[in-house]
Amino acid sequence: MNRFAELLDRLVLTPSRNGKLTLLSDYFRSVEDPDRGLALAAITGDLTIAAVKPAMLRMLVMERMDPVLFGYSYDYVGDLAETVSLVWPQSPGDIANHEPTLAEVVAKLQAASRSDGPKVLARLLDSASISARFAIIKLVTGGLRIGVSARLAKQALADLGKVDVAEIEELWHGLTPPYTELFAWLEGKAEKPKKTALALFRPVMLSNPIGDGDLEKLDPADYAAEWKWDGIRVQAVSEGGIRRLYSRTGDDVSGAFPDLAEAMNFSATLDGELLVGDPLQATGTFSDLQQRLNRKSVTPKIQQQYPAFMRCYDVLQIGEEDLRARSFRERRARLEAFVQMLDSSRFDLSPLVEFTDWQALEELRRKPLHPVIEGVMLKRWDSPYLTGRPKGPWFKWKRDPHTVDAVLMYAQRGHGKRSSFYSDYTFGVWSGPEGSEELVPVGKAYFGFTDEELRQIDKYVRDNTIERFGPVRSVRADRRQGLVLEVAFEGLNRSTRHKSGVAMRFPRISRLRWDKPAAEADRIETLQALLDT
Amino acid sequence: MRASDLLHPRPEGLYCPPADFFIDPVRPVNRALITHGHSDHARSGHRSVLATQQTLDIMGLRYGEDFAGTTQAAALGEAIALNGVTVTFHPAGHVLGSAQIEVVHQGSCIVASGDYKRHRDATCEPFEPVKCDVFITEATFGLPVFRHPPDTEEIARLLKSTAQFPERAHLVGAYALGKAQRVMRLLRDAGYDKPIYIHGTLAKLSDYYQRQGIDLGTLEPATVESGGKDDFTGAIVVGPPSAFADRWARRFPDPISCFASGWMRIRQRAKQGGVELPLIISDHADWDELTATIRETGAGEIWVTHGREEALVRWCELEGIAARPLHLVGYEDEGD
Repeated sequence: MNRFAELLDRLVLTPSRNGKLTLLSDYFRSVEDPDRGLALAAITGDLTIAAVKPAMLRMLVMERMDPVLFGYSYDYVGDLAETVSLVWPQSPGDIANHEPTLAEVVAKLQAASRSDGPKVLARLLDSASISARFAIIKLVTGGLRIGVSARLAKQALADLGKVDVAEIEELWHGLTPPYTELFAWLEGKAEKPKKTALALFRPVMLSNPIGDGDLEKLDPADYAAEWKWDGIRVQAVSEGGIRRLYSRTGDDVSGAFPDLAEAMNFSATLDGELLVGDPLQATGTFSDLQQRLNRKSVTPKIQQQYPAFMRCYDVLQIGEEDLRARSFRERRARLEAFVQMLDSSRFDLSPLVEFTDWQALEELRRKPLHPVIEGVMLKRWDSPYLTGRPKGPWFKWKRDPHTVDAVLMYAQRGHGKRSSFYSDYTFGVWSGPEGSEELVPVGKAYFGFTDEELRQIDKYVRDNTIERFGPVRSVRADRRQGLVLEVAFEGLNRSTRHKSGVAMRFPRISRLRWDKPAAEADRIETLQALLDT
Repeated sequence: MRASDLLHPRPEGLYCPPADFFIDPVRPVNRALITHGHSDHARSGHRSVLATQQTLDIMGLRYGEDFAGTTQAAALGEAIALNGVTVTFHPAGHVLGSAQIEVVHQGSCIVASGDYKRHRDATCEPFEPVKCDVFITEATFGLPVFRHPPDTEEIARLLKSTAQFPERAHLVGAYALGKAQRVMRLLRDAGYDKPIYIHGTLAKLSDYYQRQGIDLGTLEPATVESGGKDDFTGAIVVGPPSAFADRWARRFPDPISCFASGWMRIRQRAKQGGVELPLIISDHADWDELTATIRETGAGEIWVTHGREEALVRWCELEGIAARPLHLVGYEDEGD
């Protein structure tokens, strides 16, 4: 249990992706079965343990210590799980010679009935060290919140076995904790596990952005063009009565889209974009789609308000027939015929865009006919459906980003190579009536600038600090003085969490406007106008 | 006599009227008794100072030889008479030279602990419990949430991380007096025998520790002159925490910031400070040490100072021990 606890503690404080990968793959390498597999399941969210409510946890600790002292402690720490893990009273006899392993903890928690759950938990806490207690409480209260996605955990497995992450994604949904056969394969001690389960994820094909000079080398006749829809990439797999919707990294998102899953009365694997609205009437914006994202389950009201549908652009399998080796031209023809047979309120076809030369396509890309279009896709007619991001067959050619001139308001120190640089910037635009304008924060960005520009901004931040809060500095920003940043972003969402009412998608610093007076930065109305389109 | 007539707080510090001295005064006074060398306890400019020889040496290193009018060294365990009041210095286990001060007058005995810890520390004399009527305890970590783990475990985590990330430098933030040397010593005890790189502010005090017979091994200045960025690959660098936010830290390759402090027990503290590898190593007593020490002194009355007084006072109440907060001003937690 202690090794798992230590892993969680390190992951939560390690910001860099590579650092996390090292910690994870070292853990998987050094810890034995079944502990490592259970840890993996806990991280990917595939471990089922009956939840203990915070109120119950509180009650357990109150039975064991002075409520006033607990109150002081909780006030100071601010996090219930952490407070309980620290103050849980322990007599020297409690820690047995043998600290419980993760497998023992999980077995006891899973075997506990609803009524004796709290007692089982208390006994486990009695036998564990402080950080193990914290990990146990995290397991039972749900949500480790360590900043590690299932995708990252799978990447760490791929690193461990020196295999492509796509191989793991493809197997994943056929495996169950503690994944003994998966680890055996990754360590070269056994054959690759057989795919026996139905409706498994097939790793998706990804595109590369069109770079400078790329188009000149391509013949327009070799490529089909489609609109690039601003939804989320999904794979709909229906096989032997099992229906699943996967995200592009192989996470099962079916639970959030029961309305769409219900319409999957076919036997095939489709690739496409998940959107909301009515495919025949009106396609909803990304902002609308967000109402349906990151939910484990969804109410009928939301389903009705924001019905989900899939705009299909590829087919990987029909019945028993794997089509991935066929050309895009052939798959497209099969797809067109196939989609016609499906429920038209849930599935439609992503139309091809007719064009003769790149110039003509460029015109269309710049002025798409629908706000939910964020550019065009180019797909080679003769390309098979390949895993990963091969260079050549698929390109994305995005609409130019939006930009806004904003004023730097706060700067936060980075991590690792950037730990002595103020590298994360919160910026704002003007709001309020003329004469009493104030800056309202609209976003945060930490890339898009060169190393030299980083040094310049860092110096500016240090020279113009007006207040410090831990690693954050508040920078002078008023009508007379302030650093104007040109921020590029892909889109705007309405947000109730931000004072400004907007949230930027994928913001990055595109230029430093040392030349521009702060008072001439943009106003919030400029952004609000974008929302209404 | 009442205990509060023997010692009570004044704006300058804890004052003893019958003998006219202050303990750890925060402003210049006529006669100061000083528990240890941390700058919030040991200030310059007093007319006369009574402290252990090591504390006097440390003050000399920090403030220059003329830091006080006159100085007198107190040997541990030796009773010294001051205007009919007897004072005795006893080891406090906090940092090199740290002492508790026992004050006895007309049959009543008060022990001012200064800062202390009970955890074994190879860089200073261990704390000795002293029976007394009134025990003045610090309360820096006076909440039940503070439970320091064994320091050897913390150092083992640091060494494990250097093995996991051999391409990066580990920057260990540790206060210049006490903590830094303890961390270095713990590294040596754990078998780490490579040079340890240190920030310039640590040099004088670390030299002094070495001269006092505390072997810290080979220490090298963490300056660019001593090599390029690559020379710090895989290195352990110790410096004051403030230096790591500074441009100074840019000379190290993709550093992992570590901080050796009792505060690192609280995840949010580590997170806010941008600390990637918190090392819970403290020179102050944790909750269990505080409560055990209070019991051991047998004191009928506890005065609680600098820190989270209310929780410790509450604990004493529950235990049936008279206790009150002693409101002293001007002490920060430099030592942790």
